Amino acid sequence: MAMPSLPPELACPLPWPDPAQPLLMARRLTLCQGRRALCREFDLDIRAGQCMAILGRNGAGKTSLLHALAGLHGADRSADAPETQGDILPGGRPYADWPPLQAAKFRGLLPQHQLAQFAASVRETVLAGRHPHLGRWGWESATDVAIAHAALDCVGLQGFASRDLHALSGGEQQRVALATLLTQTPRLFLLDEPLNHLDLHHQIAVMELLRALAADGRGVVMTLHDLALAARYADSVVLLDGEGGVTVGTSGEALTADRLSRAFGHPLRRVEVDGKAVFLPE
Amino acid sequence: MIPARPLAAHPFATLAALALAALAALAWALCAGSVAASPGEVFAAIFGEGGGMLAGVVRELRLPRALACFACGGLLALAGTLMQVLLRNPLADPYILGISGGAAVGALGAVVLGLASPWMDAGAFGGALAATLLVFGLAHGDGSWTQTRLLLTGVIVATGCGATITLMLALAPAVQVQSMLFWLMGDASGASRPWPALMMLTAGLAVALPFGRDLNVLARGQLAALALGVDARRLRRGLYLLASLFTAVAVTLVGAVGFVGLVVPHLVRLALGNDQRLLMPASALAGGALLTVADTLARTLLAPQQLPVGVLTALLGVPVFLFLLARHSR
Repeated sequence: MAMPSLPPELACPLPWPDPAQPLLMARRLTLCQGRRALCREFDLDIRAGQCMAILGRNGAGKTSLLHALAGLHGADRSADAPETQGDILPGGRPYADWPPLQAAKFRGLLPQHQLAQFAASVRETVLAGRHPHLGRWGWESATDVAIAHAALDCVGLQGFASRDLHALSGGEQQRVALATLLTQTPRLFLLDEPLNHLDLHHQIAVMELLRALAADGRGVVMTLHDLALAARYADSVVLLDGEGGVTVGTSGEALTADRLSRAFGHPLRRVEVDGKAVFLPE
Repeated sequence: MIPARPLAAHPFATLAALALAALAALAWALCAGSVAASPGEVFAAIFGEGGGMLAGVVRELRLPRALACFACGGLLALAGTLMQVLLRNPLADPYILGISGGAAVGALGAVVLGLASPWMDAGAFGGALAATLLVFGLAHGDGSWTQTRLLLTGVIVATGCGATITLMLALAPAVQVQSMLFWLMGDASGASRPWPALMMLTAGLAVALPFGRDLNVLARGQLAALALGVDARRLRRGLYLLASLFTAVAVTLVGAVGFVGLVVPHLVRLALGNDQRLLMPASALAGGALLTVADTLARTLLAPQQLPVGVLTALLGVPVFLFLLARHSR
């Protein structure tokens, strides 16, 4: 399933003629959870073609930051919802100026947990990604079904369309969720732990797929736990130290043993094997 | 968990079959009774000018009652479908958030006070709306409005209503207790004005159907729905108010008929899958047909004795539901 290039069905219908203009800008962004700052006053540009990893320890605010970038921070509000300050500007204007369906064509989110309460086929589940592209009375057309099948092919689930979602393994369900996001065909991909439940082969395959998306002119931002995969596949890194400090840089700048040891609160060593970085906890 | 068929091969054929079944149920309800009528006589009684006792019975008694049962069955099944999406819980039914409890307190309160039957209807509708607003207000408290908070609030309000009902039954004089029990089981014998419920069913479907795909997305969870451009908070509020209104209208007309709102969406899901765009109209048709059949049985099985229709829907519904659960448990 390693993808040298993306199938034409999964192209993004929203053009992005000027690659120099960032897909999304964050300016003086501060996220707080109660009195605790998750990240303090930092700027971020996400460009077309970029593959960015958000790293940090448990509870450092990776998911909150990803939701904030999706314009959904505190949208599923609970009493201790984190606060956002600063500007998040997808396509140069704040989310408040975007009609929700337009925003859904521009950016897509892979949530960390997806629990389907009702039985559904894989095809139905994946077709939900077409929702923002259809009118109020619209039904999924043959084109939409073709897009869904192309997305399933991309994650190695060809032939799974008629299967019951609940009969799939955790890793297969995760790939169905990825296929749903591909079917949405957004310009900006925001993925919360896309490698959850995946075996080694599929971890690599999904990272290759995300690189292929970036090569296609999309922006890719993901939270990750695997530092070696981040070093190998991400071209830029947002490292949250858990106390409000944020390091934004290329993976070479951010992924030093020193910074990572501090961010994760555990000493580790960076080792190069055949030109690929590996991080060994002491 | 009851698995649904993935995508129905012929969804519109299934809908057409359900529409035919609903028409057949209505026709049977008009023909059956102490004075049996042939379909031809029924047709003449409704559309012809013919007078006579049979025409009068069909026009004045059976037709309003059959239409009321159809409308209420449809409303309850539709409300159940919406509640199951709202709470993302396949075991939710229209009464789970205390609406029937509120209606019962209002209706039985009118009986206890010795008020005439229009007041019983007013009490039922008022009680249902009061319970709806109470649960909405309390669950909305901190603005989170999570499924768990909504469900807990509703269940607690329903429990409070249950205690009040028991208290009223214990204190009421013996002559009133039977009519109170009939109301609690669901009873269509007094249903003579079907039009408000029929209009509510039609208008409700017209409002809900355009949001069918939004509901499919909402069933995947609030965050997923928001990311796909669905205004989940407004949609959930609309769902809650619509399902509550449907239930309040149905309960006012035929009392707390059980099991239609829970079982019908499940049965339809088995045939059609979980696409709300098909599930909503199909549930309305199937629920209407089921309650019409159950009510016709209720008034003919032991005639001239009339049974509360809620007893029959439960007696039909419980074994069907248990059978489905047993067949699909792995």
